[in-house]
Amino acid sequence: MSKKNQAPVDVAPPYQAVARHGVSPKPSHDEAARFDFLANFNKVLSGTLGPGNKLAYDKRVLPTFKKEHGREPKDRFEIRHAMNKDPFHQIWSASKRNSMEMRQQNGRAMVLRQLDELDAKARALNESVPDTLELNPDVQVPRYQAAVDIHCMPGSYHGEERPGDVSAGANYDCGIFATTAGGLGALSDGGGAALADWIRKERPGWTPRRILDIGCTIGHNIVPVALAFPETEIIAIDTAAPSLRYGHARAQSLGAKNIKFIQMNAEDLSRYEYGHFDWVQTTMFLHETSGKALPRIIEEGYRVLAEGGLMLHLEQPQYSDEMPLYEQFIRDWDAFNNNEPFWSAMHALDLKGIMQKSGFAKEELFVTGVRAVVDRSIFPEAPTGEAEDHGRAAVWNAYGAWKGGKPA
Amino acid sequence: MSDSPLDWMALANKKAKGKRPEFFDEPEDDRIYSILIALVGEVSVLRTRLDTVERLLDEKGTISRDDIENFAPNREAGFERGALIREYILRVMRGPIQAMESLQEQEPPIEDVSRELKEI
Ligand SMILES: C[S@@+](CC[C@H](N)C(=O)[O-])C[C@H]1O[C@@H](n2cnc3c(N)ncnc32)[C@H](O)[C@@H]1O
Repeated sequence: MSKKNQAPVDVAPPYQAVARHGVSPKPSHDEAARFDFLANFNKVLSGTLGPGNKLAYDKRVLPTFKKEHGREPKDRFEIRHAMNKDPFHQIWSASKRNSMEMRQQNGRAMVLRQLDELDAKARALNESVPDTLELNPDVQVPRYQAAVDIHCMPGSYHGEERPGDVSAGANYDCGIFATTAGGLGALSDGGGAALADWIRKERPGWTPRRILDIGCTIGHNIVPVALAFPETEIIAIDTAAPSLRYGHARAQSLGAKNIKFIQMNAEDLSRYEYGHFDWVQTTMFLHETSGKALPRIIEEGYRVLAEGGLMLHLEQPQYSDEMPLYEQFIRDWDAFNNNEPFWSAMHALDLKGIMQKSGFAKEELFVTGVRAVVDRSIFPEAPTGEAEDHGRAAVWNAYGAWKGGKPA
Repeated sequence: MSDSPLDWMALANKKAKGKRPEFFDEPEDDRIYSILIALVGEVSVLRTRLDTVERLLDEKGTISRDDIENFAPNREAGFERGALIREYILRVMRGPIQAMESLQEQEPPIEDVSRELKEI
């Protein structure tokens, strides 16, 4: 769409292009313009300025490190400490952190201004179908969710501004656009849409009886799966009530009536028997748990999975010995600068090993790449490689397994 | 549940739990930079609003506040406005962008060039 004599420029789609559903916060003109600024600011930070970090490393930080230590850095942490002293990386990181904080401030301002309407809409939708939302005030917020506010979101997924509200869910929903510069599509559901596409190709004609989505938040990525399998009974669990309230109302308004949202801790799935589900999944979830909770959740997931069933975890790629240390370092940025305290350790875990320990045989495991499925006429393809926004790119790895092998 | 009124302006600013990293060598620089980038964002919002006013005037010759609030750019306008924001961001981020360029070139200090020119 660029003019003659003008190179095509990479700009974010306007915030007004996102789809609205029954509980979407309605932006004022300037609120939308704030997200438009942030979306494009993030694009410049990752696309234009991001490669400057590697330059600073190669030209300045690494040579100095070698001179001082007489060797190469031995891990991503040494690189981080050295890079944190570099003036270019300092201003880049400070810009990025401020962008994250502004996204929260801007989102909260928009949501809290209209919280009365949002709460009323959510309540009306939730009360119209009370059977598919099950809240349980006895469910505790796990320490790994409460230690810090994850990705600098004040109050995290479970915080309330007043009892029973949906502010956390609404703020999470509206601001993802800014953080990912629109890369996840009109409903920020490009990951779930990709899963729905993937399974149709992977196992044509299959209709799972029951699906369990662990850590669903507001259901961004389970709704497209539910719409693709309207006959399937879907259970979506989360520990955060305000996100579930909002997510359930959102799902109703989008016509996903076959999801039951339940407040439950995934470390204890004792409510379900062995083999209850045909498909157990997490999307962008495991990195927000902890060293002990993660294997426990995978073990529980294995137990409730039926023979021939599918387990799938969508995440940013794991670090491996083949991944250059610099790339590990830059992928680690969110861990230390955007309140993701388990991110770094999680991405270094041997996920396949953990899945094997839970019961899968090695041959049953697979890893596949997944790219967000979005309306490309409005939402541009997410960049990969050097220009990608590490940690937020709309391309993931799916770490999966078929229990007992994939049925023929 | 009581829908008690909230001071949303104040609440919007709530700090996220978790110690904030310091990015610059001087903590004051972190504080000033936060104000600066917030201001950069607000200037962008003003420019976008002005663009809205101009587009509405072009189209109808008159505008109301409602027109502004309800303005939704079509595909082409959306792109043009995005490009306007990008151009603005590139301009205000000139410093870091040029710092990045100079990393590529490894330029000698102007003093050295000056000394050289004296001799040739
Ligand atoms: C990054 S979000 C997941 C995003 C979501 N799956 C999606 O695709 O949009 C992590 C979520 O996991 C929830 N959570 C964390 N630990 C949990 C646990 N042990 N059991 C259930 N939910 C948990 C949090 O409340 C939060 O909503």
